[in-house]
Amino acid sequence: MNTEILNLWSETTAISVAIWMTLIITVLYLGRPHAHQLIKSSGRALHNAFRIWSTSIGQLERRVVQRNTDVILANGQEAIEKNIEREFARVNAVVARDLSKYPSLHRKISDTIEKVEKDYHESTDSAPLPPAWIDVIKTISALPTNGDATIVKVLNGIKQTVQESHDQTLKSFQKSSMTRHKILSGMQPEWRKLTTSLEDVKDTIEGLEARTRTIDNQMEAYQQIRAREDKAIHTLTSSSLTQFFISGLVLAIAIMGGLINFQLIAMPMSEMVGGASYIGSMKTSDIAALVIILIEIAMGLFLLESLRITSLFPIIGSMDDRMRRKMMMITFTILTILASIEASLAYMRDLLALDRETLQQSLVGASTGLVEAQFRWIPSIGQMVMGFILPFALAFIAIPLESFIHSIRTVFGLIVVFTLRTLNLVIKMIAGFMLHISKILVSLYDLAIMIPLSIERLIKSTTHMNSSGKAVKLSKESDPSSAINQSVA
Amino acid sequence: MKKLLVSLMIPLFLAGCDSKPQNNARAVYLLVDTSGTYTQELDKAQAIMNYLLAALDSGDSIAIAKIDSGSFTEKDIIAKSTFDSKPSTTNAQKRAFKEKVDHFVASTTKGSANTDISGGVLQATEYLTETGAGEKYIMIFSDLEEDLPEGWIRDFVIPMENIKVIALNVTKLRSDNVDPREYQNRLAAWQKRVDEGGGEWRVVNDLERLETLIAMR
Repeated sequence: MNTEILNLWSETTAISVAIWMTLIITVLYLGRPHAHQLIKSSGRALHNAFRIWSTSIGQLERRVVQRNTDVILANGQEAIEKNIEREFARVNAVVARDLSKYPSLHRKISDTIEKVEKDYHESTDSAPLPPAWIDVIKTISALPTNGDATIVKVLNGIKQTVQESHDQTLKSFQKSSMTRHKILSGMQPEWRKLTTSLEDVKDTIEGLEARTRTIDNQMEAYQQIRAREDKAIHTLTSSSLTQFFISGLVLAIAIMGGLINFQLIAMPMSEMVGGASYIGSMKTSDIAALVIILIEIAMGLFLLESLRITSLFPIIGSMDDRMRRKMMMITFTILTILASIEASLAYMRDLLALDRETLQQSLVGASTGLVEAQFRWIPSIGQMVMGFILPFALAFIAIPLESFIHSIRTVFGLIVVFTLRTLNLVIKMIAGFMLHISKILVSLYDLAIMIPLSIERLIKSTTHMNSSGKAVKLSKESDPSSAINQSVA
Repeated sequence: MKKLLVSLMIPLFLAGCDSKPQNNARAVYLLVDTSGTYTQELDKAQAIMNYLLAALDSGDSIAIAKIDSGSFTEKDIIAKSTFDSKPSTTNAQKRAFKEKVDHFVASTTKGSANTDISGGVLQATEYLTETGAGEKYIMIFSDLEEDLPEGWIRDFVIPMENIKVIALNVTKLRSDNVDPREYQNRLAAWQKRVDEGGGEWRVVNDLERLETLIAMR
């Protein structure tokens, strides 16, 4: 068919092709202005369409960015509000615990100081002095004796009296000093008590000061968030991404734990619900095991929610304390019951596995080479403990789950922004390419009909030359000087 | 969170709507040739049966029958059982089944005069259809050389829709050594018969690879 069309004009292909080419080029030449207009307008239309599309995507991107910023700031604001609230609660606790006792502490310190002062005054009392007449007697006893026996006797008596008086005074002084020392040593515990009390006060004040600094920092961050500062937005975004990856990692670990838990209870569950029935392609016993694990996770969520550790369900958080405590007790009881069921299922699994192993060995005709009976209790106990602990461990999945859910909004928003930005860039490039390609097509069109175009240009130049020659001739005839000037020009 | 739970429950619900409990069950009927010198191969049949007992699980069915002069009878069924849904009961059933098979192997010393394989297959299809299992297997432990008594009619199509027929340990006869085409023709004839009945034909001679027979769950 194609050959027939090709050889329509002549049996010689070359001639026929030449005729075809001539016809096509002629048609293209004749339709050149319209074709150019068509190509250019199409290019412009496509360019404009893509530009409009790009503008729309740009607007959408800005809205998503705005929404992301709002979400990030709202989350950050909420988190900081909680932190500030917690810090104030701690300050309140410190004040209630330590500073409420301050009046009694103050009284205690005052009493101690008063006691110490009194003791100090007591310790500074002057030592008893020897009587005043002692000096007179001392002078008399120092008089020369001149060998008179009576005078010597009298003087010796006086000397002895003075000596006795000195001894008594010294004893009295020593006693007084001992008493003062006792008073001073009695002051020591009072001083220690005072120092301890003052150190307590110092610690409390320093603790409060530290809390105040923390609150100041939090308030500063809060103000930055309120002012929608870039620094705050960047910090919060980075924090969200970190939270996303960390919570994702913990969730992955939790999922692995859930799978281990599933393996632990799936087989013995067939003893309870039967192992022959299926729902879809899954065994009913497997689904039952899965449901138990999911219920455990749900109970864990409710328990942590009741404890106000997480806030995935505002309705639980807003319950009154009595109801919340009831809910806490109920969920904890259910969780404990489920954990006990799992422990018993784990034990049953061990028994079934043992029975199955024995059967397999009897089928292959091997002697019973099972683990010695005295060590059988080790895996049994291990499985039971795992069966009991894993539900409680899974209950804590609520914490990373909450972080993950909160951070995924930010991460999802960032992904959407990145996608929109990339799409916008690609569309802008396509728009520019469309405009450029229309110009290329115009040039290619002209290239295809370059022969008639060249002829056209030749004819035009010849005509132009002829017409200008005629004009020169006419002007020469009318005004020779101007013709000369024109020709010179 | 509610959305998450709902999205988790919907596939389960949809899967539940498509619930076909019986289709996941498997049923196996092992035919053991007891004719002539093939009785010497019974130990191998016992090993295959032990593998099948290990591979099958709760809800599955198993039967073992002998091929003798007239096999289209329930009397030739040595043991049959449909395993309970509880694994512990299943294990007890398997032990009882094994005991019956062991007793049969120990007591069989003399071969039958004729070999009615077709009758055994017919009996097997009846049993398998009754079980209503999703996967049905007939395993023929024989040299596939049929030798019917005078006047017995077996040359008709046996319906075997959705049944996998596996010939095990198809030993070569002395005459096959003289003309191997006899062996090939025997296998081809049985394959044709199974195909005509709507079944699926397979030959497994390497008993070291029993896992190719039926998958363990």
